[in-house]
Amino acid sequence: MSSRKYDWIGTLGTIWATAISHLPWRIRLSTTPELLQVRNLKTEFSTDQGAVTAVDEVSFSLAPGETLCLVGESGSGKSVTALSIMGLLADNGRVAGGSIRFEDQDLATLPERRLRAIRGNSIAMIFQEPMTSLNPVLTIGDQLSETMILHLGLTKAQARERVIELLTKVGIPRAAEVVDDYPHRLSGGMRQRAMIAMALSCGPKLIVADEPTTALDVTIQAQILKLIRDLSAETGTAMILITHDLGVVAEMADRVAVMYAGQVVEQADVFTLFDEPKHPYTTALMRSIPHLAGPAGERLTAISGSVPSLAQMPTGCRFHDRCPQAMDRCRDDRPELLQLNGSPDHTVRCWLYDVPVAKVLP
Amino acid sequence: MGSYLIRRLLIGIPVLIGVTLINFLIINLAPGSPADLYLTPTSTSADVARVEAELGLDQPIFVQYFHWLTRLFHGDLGVSFQNRAPVTELIGERLGPTLLLMGTSLVIAYLVAIPIGILAARKKNSATDYSVVGASFLGISVPHFFLGLVLIYVFALELGWLPTGNMITLGRGGGFADRVNHLILPVAVLATATAANMTRYVRSSMIDAFGQDYIRTAKAKGLGRSVITSKHALRNALIPVVTVIGVDLSALIGGAIVTEQIFQWPGIGLLTIQSIGARDYAVLMGINLIAAIAVFGANLLTDIAYAVVDPRVTYA
Amino acid sequence: MTAPLLQVRNLKKYYPIRKGVMARTVGQVRAVDDVSFDVYPGETLGIVGESGCGKSTTGRAILRLEAPTAGSVLFEGTDIATLSAGTMRRLRTDLQMVFQDPYSSLNPQIRIGDLLAEPLIAHHRLGRAAAHARAAEIIQVVGLPKLYLNRYPHELSGGQRQRVGIARALMLEPKLIVCDEPVSALDVSIQAQVLNLLKDLQAEFGLTYVFISHGLGAIRYISDRIVVMYLGKVMEVGTTRAIFAGPRHPYTEILLDAYPEANPHLRDRPRIIVEGDVPSPAKPPAGCVFHTRCPSAQAICRTEIPQLTSDDHPVACHFPLSASKTVEAVG
Repeated sequence: MSSRKYDWIGTLGTIWATAISHLPWRIRLSTTPELLQVRNLKTEFSTDQGAVTAVDEVSFSLAPGETLCLVGESGSGKSVTALSIMGLLADNGRVAGGSIRFEDQDLATLPERRLRAIRGNSIAMIFQEPMTSLNPVLTIGDQLSETMILHLGLTKAQARERVIELLTKVGIPRAAEVVDDYPHRLSGGMRQRAMIAMALSCGPKLIVADEPTTALDVTIQAQILKLIRDLSAETGTAMILITHDLGVVAEMADRVAVMYAGQVVEQADVFTLFDEPKHPYTTALMRSIPHLAGPAGERLTAISGSVPSLAQMPTGCRFHDRCPQAMDRCRDDRPELLQLNGSPDHTVRCWLYDVPVAKVLP
Repeated sequence: MGSYLIRRLLIGIPVLIGVTLINFLIINLAPGSPADLYLTPTSTSADVARVEAELGLDQPIFVQYFHWLTRLFHGDLGVSFQNRAPVTELIGERLGPTLLLMGTSLVIAYLVAIPIGILAARKKNSATDYSVVGASFLGISVPHFFLGLVLIYVFALELGWLPTGNMITLGRGGGFADRVNHLILPVAVLATATAANMTRYVRSSMIDAFGQDYIRTAKAKGLGRSVITSKHALRNALIPVVTVIGVDLSALIGGAIVTEQIFQWPGIGLLTIQSIGARDYAVLMGINLIAAIAVFGANLLTDIAYAVVDPRVTYA
Repeated sequence: MTAPLLQVRNLKKYYPIRKGVMARTVGQVRAVDDVSFDVYPGETLGIVGESGCGKSTTGRAILRLEAPTAGSVLFEGTDIATLSAGTMRRLRTDLQMVFQDPYSSLNPQIRIGDLLAEPLIAHHRLGRAAAHARAAEIIQVVGLPKLYLNRYPHELSGGQRQRVGIARALMLEPKLIVCDEPVSALDVSIQAQVLNLLKDLQAEFGLTYVFISHGLGAIRYISDRIVVMYLGKVMEVGTTRAIFAGPRHPYTEILLDAYPEANPHLRDRPRIIVEGDVPSPAKPPAGCVFHTRCPSAQAICRTEIPQLTSDDHPVACHFPLSASKTVEAVG
């Protein structure tokens, strides 16, 4: 009797839950568990000159459905970070410290066997060079169905059906014919579409894309970026997008981690980062690229010097010798990642912001 | 593909004719004459002239070659100067043993070399890899005649496990087991160099393949090591390997001549040595022609195999 | 208006496609197909386009690193294409090139100092000592310390090597420098250094540049006028301002729309993303080469090749965009 009277509460609850689960993924609820949590990642390579650290104290996290851009120049460690997550470091590389929590496992310590069950399945990767990343002697169909046969236990015939579906979905015309083609028959853009189809094939929770459009022409890049954006919105797949191009970051990212010399120097949501960049490197990077919008003829502000080599990292802040705002302390002390205004959503590795909040305010 | 093959075969004809012409000239440049063998200490120069006329050796060299070529187009390689048997017949009865020897050696060499090469590539810069590289270097360096004599000494003379030579034990019919027994040592000699060479090729092209981007893609898919090796890397590594098979075959023909001589293997190689000793130009020309055809055929097969293993290669 | 320094007239560069045993020519790759433009003294002419548009081949033909199939390249009124080797050798000091890849365009065995002095000595301009003294001057002009003269190319970073590449081009005091993708291989923060250096040198020495790039940002930053190329043909020529404020060719508009602007507030701007791939230059489409991807293609575009108009903003299109519409879109 009385229970029926309060049934509407249950109904409301159901509606509420449904509403929440249908909310656009950009709205992050504080209760959302992180999909990926990288903490103090340190990756080393052994060389003839001894061990060099390519990635040091790198931390970031990723919520389901979120797109995080790792942006940086060559030698910033962005690709090494991606390969560390995937467990695909070259033979002389190893994760020397930190943790990579994906769902409830630490990928940094997981045995190779267990990692293999995750790779291509719940974490997939897209590489930069569509020309060389596909095997030239195997058909597109063969290379795409392999993953589904392995991880999803599909039969060859079922996998083939799925491949044709996937190729159609990523916008490859005549998918039923392309499935039997070898990669050299496809253009660069089409091959990258095939790579994306491959990454999507097992319904991953996370896609790691390493410079996926760098090798492509600008009109093809626009096509591929749009495709990636549409597909990740549709499937709710989280993504780590690695790029050197701030334009790509601005178009794709929810959040951005700026990397320099193996470290994350600034992390914020994409609008905050572009509107109020805090780290001198971020600011300098933004001033050094030419825009199409806005007035022409304004002189670019170049960053002096060049990116330090891994073997000879500057002491203190790694950017200090190129930084226009460097102070004495920057030469000797390594800055920690600081939270701006106490907010965990905008962090900066710079001594300029190591002051009590009250003092910064006017 | 069809028109490509026809074109290749048509080009082959003048090439083969050129090869035989050069051979003919070189053979005739050698001092001495086949007629010498018919001579006794009492022969006169008139006797020599008679024999030479009988053998057709008195005519100008290009006329001789022309006669040889004309007969060739009728499927006739002439008769042996030594024992008057038709050359086709002589070569025909020796071809079988040589094909048996070379074929077995080639198959065994590849069966050994490919897995060892893959193993070395997978364990690059390990003790295993270094031993493989060292052993293959040794295998390439050691001459056939030396290896052959060592093997005969150890396995035939000292241990007495295997026969010293020939294809069958005389007077004992020569069953399957007997033939195998006789095959082991010459095959070991011939296969060693081929396998050593091939191991190095397989190793280096597998190492090359393992470093390619598509292997990283395969790893990123979660594929296991054996699938990556056998499906993704090996198929690509075979492309450069296939191209050396033609070269291998030519080397094998040279090796077979020496090996057959050491083991008295009744094949083409032994016939060659005997014919050189007897200045039997007719037989030598026949053998040269067969060898040239074999090398030409091997290279053609290589090109076809190339198109089979590499989808990017098409012939039109 | 002053006379042009360089006049490219109906330039064509076809590469034969050979097939079969007899290597019969079965077709042609039309890398550059009937390209004409002028370069005026002291200006920077940008050539922009995607891969396969023929921009690099055009640059190489200007320096006669490629013999043109047809057409002429007039430098100060002299046709380079028909010049004798000796005359060309003298003229070559006026025409220099900066290459894309600073890693492979510098001989790794030669010290920077020798590398810079070499052309002066080879052209009998100066003796050994004087040439080295000049090298010491020029290397400082491009912003490198003198002590780098004794180093080998591999000891330098990418940006420093590109500075050396520019210094080498400057050694003979050329009038025209063709820069072929000079910043594409460099890191973002280094690109600005090199672009600024090129601008400063132009102001200091009155240089004329032909600046070839696929990067729209760099093209807009450095060019006074721009040639837009697609599949071996010129689509549009105009001042930088005119091209970016109001492109008249649909391809130019699409190219500008495709550029990822480093401003997240513009990510949802209305824009056209063109479908499909660039056709092969071995089988260019009939009519307008862009008609297979053009959103406003009509029947005539499939059959008739549009000619470049002869107004002050030439465009090769049957249905050019009106400037006003696009100015609005750019805001």
